[in-house]
Amino acid sequence: MAMAADQIESLIREGIPDARVEIVDLAGDGDHYEARVVAESFRGLPLVRQHQRVYQALGGRMGTELHALKLSTAAPE
Amino acid sequence: MSDVSDRIDRLVKNNDIVLFMKGTALFPQCGFSSRAVAILDHLGVRFETVDVLQDAEIRQGIKDYSDWPTVPQLYVKGEFLGGSDIMMEMFEAGELQRLLEEKQVARA
Repeated sequence: MAMAADQIESLIREGIPDARVEIVDLAGDGDHYEARVVAESFRGLPLVRQHQRVYQALGGRMGTELHALKLSTAAPE
Repeated sequence: MSDVSDRIDRLVKNNDIVLFMKGTALFPQCGFSSRAVAILDHLGVRFETVDVLQDAEIRQGIKDYSDWPTVPQLYVKGEFLGGSDIMMEMFEAGELQRLLEEKQVARA
């Protein structure tokens, strides 16, 4: 099952209120996305923890409803 | 500790590098797993793979163990590093090579 880009974006924003989120529909099929998430609260966290926070915001949808989400995360420069 | 997390615990502690993946190193069954294998091959390190498609218990168990929803997952000396996006990002930045050298993992 696929998810809409704006749904992914709003879930991430809800879970990580200080996040800037950019979603790219990679294949145009509503099933393969890239999310770039930049948040001050990521500062000092290893990448694995930053990605975990995004997955937590998605609340169990990753790997089920949402099959392919390429993720890149960072603290603001 | 449950049986499955016990099993995973032993796998990640008894091997320098463990990749939990779909398929095998020779025949990956998913693009993300294939990319993860390609990176490790390129770095010339020795790594164990665990095919989660052959083991339903580990397929679910590794997600709970790592608090990570997808496969592949990379462990180096017992430490969870992340999935294929993180591997690729670290590899491109030269950080994965550096980390593997620091941890003195076995060469292939």
